[in-house]
Amino acid sequence: MTDRRIAIVGGGPAGLAAAVAAYDAGEHDVVILERDPVPGGVLSQCIHNGFGLTRFGVSMTGPEYRDRFVTAVRQRGIPVLTDTFVTGLTQDRILNCTNREGIFSLRAGAVILAMGCRERPRGALNIAGTRPAGLFSAGTAQKYVNIYGHLPGKRVVILGSGDIGLIMARRLTLEGATVLCVCEIMDHPGGLRRNIVQCLDDFGIPLLLSHTIVEIRGRERVESVITAQVDCTRTPIPGTETEWSCDTVLFSVGLIPENELTRQAGIPMDPRTRGATVDGNRQTGVPGIFACGNVLHVHDLVDFVSLEAETAGKAAAAFVQGKLLSGNCIPSAAGENVSYVLPQQVEQTPSEPQTLYFRVRQSLRDAVITVRCGEKTRRFRRTAVSPGEMEHVTLTPADLEGASDIRISVTSREVSP
Amino acid sequence: MIDIAIIGAGVIGAFCARELSRYRLNIAVLEQEEDVCGGASGANSGIVHAGFDALPQTRKSFFNVAGNRMMETVCAELGVPFRRTGSLVLAGVGEEERLRALLVRGASNRVTGLRIIGREELAAMEPHLADRVQSALWAPTGGIVCPHLLTIAAMGNAMDNGVQLHCGFRVVSAEPVYGGWLLTAETGETVHARIVVNCAGTGAQKVAELFKDNSVRIGFRKGEYMLLDKEAGGFASHTLFTLPDQNGKGVLISPTADGNLLIGPTAVQQTQPDTAVRREAFSELTAKAGLLLCDIPFSAVITSFAGVRACSSGGDFIIGDGAVPGLYHVAGIESPGLTSAPAIGAQVAAVLAERLGAQANPDFNPHRRPAHWFQALSEDERNSIIRQNPAYGQMVCRCEQITVGEILDALHDNPPAHTLDGVKLRTRAGMGRCQGGFCQPTVFNMLMQTFGYRAQQVTKKGGGSCIITGGEL
Repeated sequence: MTDRRIAIVGGGPAGLAAAVAAYDAGEHDVVILERDPVPGGVLSQCIHNGFGLTRFGVSMTGPEYRDRFVTAVRQRGIPVLTDTFVTGLTQDRILNCTNREGIFSLRAGAVILAMGCRERPRGALNIAGTRPAGLFSAGTAQKYVNIYGHLPGKRVVILGSGDIGLIMARRLTLEGATVLCVCEIMDHPGGLRRNIVQCLDDFGIPLLLSHTIVEIRGRERVESVITAQVDCTRTPIPGTETEWSCDTVLFSVGLIPENELTRQAGIPMDPRTRGATVDGNRQTGVPGIFACGNVLHVHDLVDFVSLEAETAGKAAAAFVQGKLLSGNCIPSAAGENVSYVLPQQVEQTPSEPQTLYFRVRQSLRDAVITVRCGEKTRRFRRTAVSPGEMEHVTLTPADLEGASDIRISVTSREVSP
Repeated sequence: MIDIAIIGAGVIGAFCARELSRYRLNIAVLEQEEDVCGGASGANSGIVHAGFDALPQTRKSFFNVAGNRMMETVCAELGVPFRRTGSLVLAGVGEEERLRALLVRGASNRVTGLRIIGREELAAMEPHLADRVQSALWAPTGGIVCPHLLTIAAMGNAMDNGVQLHCGFRVVSAEPVYGGWLLTAETGETVHARIVVNCAGTGAQKVAELFKDNSVRIGFRKGEYMLLDKEAGGFASHTLFTLPDQNGKGVLISPTADGNLLIGPTAVQQTQPDTAVRREAFSELTAKAGLLLCDIPFSAVITSFAGVRACSSGGDFIIGDGAVPGLYHVAGIESPGLTSAPAIGAQVAAVLAERLGAQANPDFNPHRRPAHWFQALSEDERNSIIRQNPAYGQMVCRCEQITVGEILDALHDNPPAHTLDGVKLRTRAGMGRCQGGFCQPTVFNMLMQTFGYRAQQVTKKGGGSCIITGGEL
């Protein structure tokens, strides 16, 4: 068994940023375990731009953003074990791994979970019809196009308006395919507003809100899909069916944090985020095990993944140095029109301001964010909020002083606390 | 001229081939699809039925009970996971009479261990029973097996023992030539055989008609299923049936050999075989499953699918000589066909070997390297294999943890996989919770490299099921 001060599971944007932060906090014995042949995760196939605006103030492509962190990792001499799959994790931080050299175990002073997320597949949606070729989750299609140079098909219907689906609508259009429509079962888009504008509106691709695919036809390859409008319970409305002749269907219907290892280790989970419950340091309920990025909660922007990973990396370094202060924590809760708040535990007397991330359930204009910290209330205004865009507020140590819990609500007008 | 041509590489064709390969015979299996188990054998409950359901004195009851008894040995030889979980027919108030009738029928079919148990004993066996359930028929000999692995293994073992498999061989004509039959495929390929065995499943009537034999009448009854993730696999511990009716054994709930939970099948009469899942199937399955268990975690559904049963007009299996010489039918093999397959194969082989005066094949080896052999090894054993061949240390499928080495096995072992679905059925790569989202492009590239395919030639399941139809960038 090898011993490492810090082991990071996953060499995507979260793992890379966490490694650099841990190193820069004085911990040089860091290893990244990456299951793919190269580090960078999904960034390698995201050849569109828009990455880094928040974090670096410049717009980069996914590979450019990745290279900043890969370079930083290389400059520090942090080893990345690629093609290495972690099959097991215990609460005393022993990792079981498999790669081309064999099966081995590794004991770490601290573990950072950065496994990312996976796409929700078609099978989970209970769509009637056949199971022909030509059905892809959006990210899989993106890999075929951007990594391997294969265009999946020519006439495309996209189900779900998640960001990858929107990006792929534009990408396939630019490569000569016709994207007939994007169907979204909810009454609001799943992805970022900027992607609706830049990927659909600019190319004249219709977005059909409150619509879904009710049937897939075709024996060998997709021949058509039937879409229908849905009511407020998301049930298809009879008589609203339309048949679209197409050869390809993309699914962009949600991302699921990949927490099989987390669950295996018995780390407490939050059913709303489908990730571990963490404190402001991104430490899970098991001391010395941290989590960051999409494995913790699904982000819209990689910039926030990097920020979160830096928090986790720094804290993991402090943990192995015996310097991680674990003060008294108070719970954060999702109030009206909020689906979750992260971190779930906030330090009661922190030395630095604490940022809380959350998502709303319903889109609102002129929104008011009400944060109740015990007896105190703070309000923040937003011109618009939508479930597709993660929100955050920052609380000062003074806000938190004496509070026994935090509750965040988002309403369209001010409500008394 | 070869001795025997078997039309159809479903579980029946595969077991006929495997049992015939015990003899010194020249045998070919002709399959219209790109792979074995492309029909009902690949879309099947995987239940090894105890045998209480089939009417006494029928071929169904005989082969069911005989096949059930063979299953342990056959699965051990072929390296296919098989579990004798036992099955339960659940009955509500007022259904006790019918339950008792089933017990009597089972006893006359010589099913052993049957008994009726009350709610209390039942509740200890299945904690999520629906409120209406009062008693059950307990059949300890019921079991579960992976239907496609069983088919693949039987065909693979037949091939290891000298049987030829021709995939993509869709028979379009049969001519009597020189005391045998000249079979011509759509592609123009021909096979000349002394005896033809019709194991064509839903296509058995059409095949018979190619021989001017109008004695086989096959109807189609579709069965739709929902498959739940392994996280729900422990929700039921036994195969749970409702009381059978004229449409068959009804919707069942069962753990699968792979550890998932299966709910289905429906029973939809069809004029043409069609494997589309109807929109109303989901609510029908949900409602009928609710008669067996409560609080079923339907949110864990990972896929739905349908298979088509080939039903003979007479209601029983058709096994025997056709209306023309040299044609032997093994047709109308609906449920309990999977359970019966080893026994049917043995019977067909015995009859035809005697007819051809065949000697035993002294080189016959009944054993095949187990499916998932690598995963069954200890950590030390796996480590030493990885040292010899690093491909077994390189993970491709994250959800099911399948390595490059195991996928290469599937591309080379008999019967070799040539499609994405072929790899999935053999290795489970792509069968897990992400349904191939991550591993499909890697398996796609391995198919291109291994067989020299261009991107446009890689298919999901052969024919026109191409993955890439938009061209190269």
